[in-house]
Amino acid sequence: MNRRWIDLFSRLFTLLTALACFSLVAGVALILGDVVLNGLKHLSWEFVSTAPKTGMTEGGIFPALFGTVFLVLLMTVAVVPLGVSTAIYLQEYAPAGSRWVKLIRMAIQNLAGVPAIVFGLFGLGFFVDFVGKGIDRFFFDGALTFGQPAILWASLTLALLTLPTVVVATEETLRVVPRSHREVAYSLGATRWQMVRRVVLPQAVNGILTGTILAVSRGAGEVAPILFTGAAYYLPYLPTHLNQQFMVLNYHVYVMATQSPDVDATLPLLYSTVLVLLMLTFALNFAAIIIRSRLRRRLKAGR
Amino acid sequence: MTPPPALQEMLRVEALSVKTKNATLLDRVSLNVREREILSIIGPAGSGKTTFLRCLNRLIDLEGGLSVSGKVLLGEQDVFDDAVDLAALRRRIGMVFALPTPLPLSIRDNLRLGLRFQKSSGPGTLEERIETCLRAASLWDEVKDRLGESAQKLSGGQQQRLCLARTLMVRPEILLLDEPCSGLDPISTAQIEEALQSLKDQMPVVLVTNNVKQASRTSDRTAFFLQGELVELDDTGRLFTAPRDPRTADYVSGRFG
Repeated sequence: MNRRWIDLFSRLFTLLTALACFSLVAGVALILGDVVLNGLKHLSWEFVSTAPKTGMTEGGIFPALFGTVFLVLLMTVAVVPLGVSTAIYLQEYAPAGSRWVKLIRMAIQNLAGVPAIVFGLFGLGFFVDFVGKGIDRFFFDGALTFGQPAILWASLTLALLTLPTVVVATEETLRVVPRSHREVAYSLGATRWQMVRRVVLPQAVNGILTGTILAVSRGAGEVAPILFTGAAYYLPYLPTHLNQQFMVLNYHVYVMATQSPDVDATLPLLYSTVLVLLMLTFALNFAAIIIRSRLRRRLKAGR
Repeated sequence: MTPPPALQEMLRVEALSVKTKNATLLDRVSLNVREREILSIIGPAGSGKTTFLRCLNRLIDLEGGLSVSGKVLLGEQDVFDDAVDLAALRRRIGMVFALPTPLPLSIRDNLRLGLRFQKSSGPGTLEERIETCLRAASLWDEVKDRLGESAQKLSGGQQQRLCLARTLMVRPEILLLDEPCSGLDPISTAQIEEALQSLKDQMPVVLVTNNVKQASRTSDRTAFFLQGELVELDDTGRLFTAPRDPRTADYVSGRFG
């Protein structure tokens, strides 16, 4: 091949890669632009603070917004301690190089590859039917209390789904804490737990929060796991107990898009709901990033 | 020249061996650490100096796949006894590592670290103790006004002196140093050596060093290790001027190592 052809190829390839990059950016811009432009029209304080009315053709999304935040908070409360403890055990306590540890680690990583709908069905079978019904039988004389789809079960199912994210991210940061730091702690008379608590965990806060951010964004976006475990099609009231169903934004979007009696009347609401969902996800991410950088600064300053 | 009988033996090591599956890292080493002395351990890389040191406070436990035999007696207690409280043992035998390892904390919190691991920290206020230990490590004047700053902002030499002070904070009975000056400039090295000289009256110092000159100028006795074996142990003056073993002579005169 002569020089000119090579030149041409090289240019062509540059063009192709640039085009690929551009189409990606353009795609995101289009989606965001469409959502923002159309969504802003209907967005108002009233929209975010009232419940849907007349078959979702009027009113707002407050119950869904509330449900989403509540759900994600519950999920975080469940997944962070569990995930962080698991990572600490695997990295700090379990015998290094043991076959069982490798197996467990592999299982956790494979958990991340399980389709979300499978988690939904598992949640229904395990949490709702097995755990929930079990609780009812033993503590409530069989009266239906926990043996039904509920925000508790939905958040636990989501926690299971996001567990690998937290475990992997935490393990990653535990691993980079230098061995020399651990030895210093031991040489000063630390027990293993004291070493973990005083030396390893403070340096791992970053990674734990990164894992939490990822888990929160993923959890806030998933519909399938909560479909059978607690998300409600329509609920005129807010969940006040852990065993109640709840509305949630992303499921609400689906419901509005497919089940509305009057598509044209619902469409503007739909746009605004999507916009709110996006803003909420960004806000959650942003909050976590701020917390993280604060903690990092505090750690650097040596508190 | 036998040492005056008044010098008590703080640590007795009897036939200490460390083996991996197919190599011997330490071969039946016996030696004693006396009070008020600096005992240097010299030898080329891989001679078992660090392994020996890490046996004394059982930091060796952190490495898997090693079998240790022999005794290390601290007072009447065998360090390798299963009933030993490791945390308490390591408080009694303090250690400074080869590289300065300040944790990403403030200077003060680095110093307090060891105290956080124990229930009662003993007499004296924290501030007094911090000052005493920083003075003992000849670092006080340089950091007294910025104890709240990050320890990792200090220079390498300052960091290593901070590590020394951090070890002193838990009031060890014996001080182990593993090539503490290997990464330091001559001035910092001199400051550390000076600190050790004034510390040895309170606690014996075991100084592993790959710097023969450091051993000759700072220590009272010197032990020469080679391939896991204790070749010779003698008063520093005699070991350097009239070694009994030809291998020692070769090493201290710089013919190898």
